[in-house]
Amino acid sequence: MSEQGSIIPTGRQDFDRELGRLEAELILMSGLVEQAIFNALNALKNRDIERSQKVIDEDDHIDKTELEIERSCVELIRREAPMAGDLRRIISALHIAGELERIGDYAEGIAKISITIGDQPPLKELIDIPRMGDMAVNMLKRSLEAFISRDPDHVRTASVELEKDDDEVDDLYAKVQADLMELVKAAPDNAERATYLMWVAHNVERVADRAMNIVERALYQATGELVSGTTQIEMSTE
Amino acid sequence: MAQNDTDLLSQEGSAENILRFDNIEPVLETLDLSVAYGGNTAISNVSFQVPKNSVVSLIGPSGCGKSTLLRCFNRMNDLIPSASVNGVVNFAGQNIYAPEVDPTEIRFRIGMVFQRPNPFPKSIYENVAFGARINGMTDDLDELIETSLRRAAVWDEVKDRLNESGLSVSGGQQQRICIARALAVNPEIVLMDEPASALDPISTQAIEALIQELSNEVTIVIVTHNMQQATRISNYAAVMMAGEERIGRMIEYGTNEQVFGNPKDERTEAYVTGRIG
Repeated sequence: MSEQGSIIPTGRQDFDRELGRLEAELILMSGLVEQAIFNALNALKNRDIERSQKVIDEDDHIDKTELEIERSCVELIRREAPMAGDLRRIISALHIAGELERIGDYAEGIAKISITIGDQPPLKELIDIPRMGDMAVNMLKRSLEAFISRDPDHVRTASVELEKDDDEVDDLYAKVQADLMELVKAAPDNAERATYLMWVAHNVERVADRAMNIVERALYQATGELVSGTTQIEMSTE
Repeated sequence: MAQNDTDLLSQEGSAENILRFDNIEPVLETLDLSVAYGGNTAISNVSFQVPKNSVVSLIGPSGCGKSTLLRCFNRMNDLIPSASVNGVVNFAGQNIYAPEVDPTEIRFRIGMVFQRPNPFPKSIYENVAFGARINGMTDDLDELIETSLRRAAVWDEVKDRLNESGLSVSGGQQQRICIARALAVNPEIVLMDEPASALDPISTQAIEALIQELSNEVTIVIVTHNMQQATRISNYAAVMMAGEERIGRMIEYGTNEQVFGNPKDERTEAYVTGRIG
């Protein structure tokens, strides 16, 4: 009798379902951290202390989600002894959950800076930092999409595009730093507020870097290639 | 990394695409090796090299020809009347299927350990001494027995029971006695056909540790259905697969990292991840 359409799940079907659930958890977690970055930057721009505090409070949920994903990964490795593409998928998910958790911490850091700035008058209108934030969040979304696709061509294309975007974020970060330095030189009293904004810009720049780490993991999952920035290691031949 | 190459080890036979590793000395190679049972082809055109002093796992679904291939390496298929072997198995600079080759001599130099321990209904001592006696060796048998049992990591467990029946000890110990029996004639290669599949986890660990230890001095080719075991003990993995026509072929050969981590062939990926069995 054909197995197609069987209502009795095989071990493999259960495993596939668990892998699908793992990816769904990652997508949900990614949504949480995208929202956290968005909320943290908006709260900074609008000087909304309450919203900043909410970002800080909600980071616990992100941390908890990461631990649950880690537990799922360990359980799958223990139970299924995965091989080949399955193993790469689980290991990549484990790494990506860690990257997302760090991005959550950057959002929390931005929110804490917003609260520290409090009701001090704005140093300058925030234009480039929110732009960096939009780009970084967009990179994060696309890196996750690449991971979910498991398509080597899609991942390679995404990797090239994201690298260009990352360069653009780096350029904006350099511009923000230069602008803030000018303000400090013009009036040393600006130093404290300029430093706060530099921390914010640094955190946003790191979000983009983490998105690059995620696309590297997507590449590993799809192709088995282990890459970090410009460093690549070959598979052993002996 | 495994690759196709025509730079063959031997002058005999030919194979357009031999699976081999660069810069690694082979101890055995097959060229266009095919086996049929009563006119039905079981494996077809297998051409690959076994690196010296390594552990090579033969993996693949049931019925893909792993054991058939393994039995070709020491002419065990000669014992099956309906079996016919075509192609070349080069070992020690010679095709072992050449008419002038003595299969008994081959089986001394290429030993075999089977799925179920098969000690003779004789004492442990006589089990290990068997091959040496056939070879006409009578001196220093005590030393040979001790050395072989030590190499098989079972000496401490049976040293006070050498005169007891080989069947009186546990399954794991029996299997290691059979390995000692194979080692006693100083083989260059030991073939193992699922040597731990009938054993409990502790005995399996002992056999796996033994295989790794032995690979420093002999080459081991092992058939296993246990892929975790293959990843633990072997250096290289060869994947056999039979298509709809039920003829086994070697579809992939590579390092463990490649075969179990990032297989090139979709059928290997499907097999090692349990999508096909």
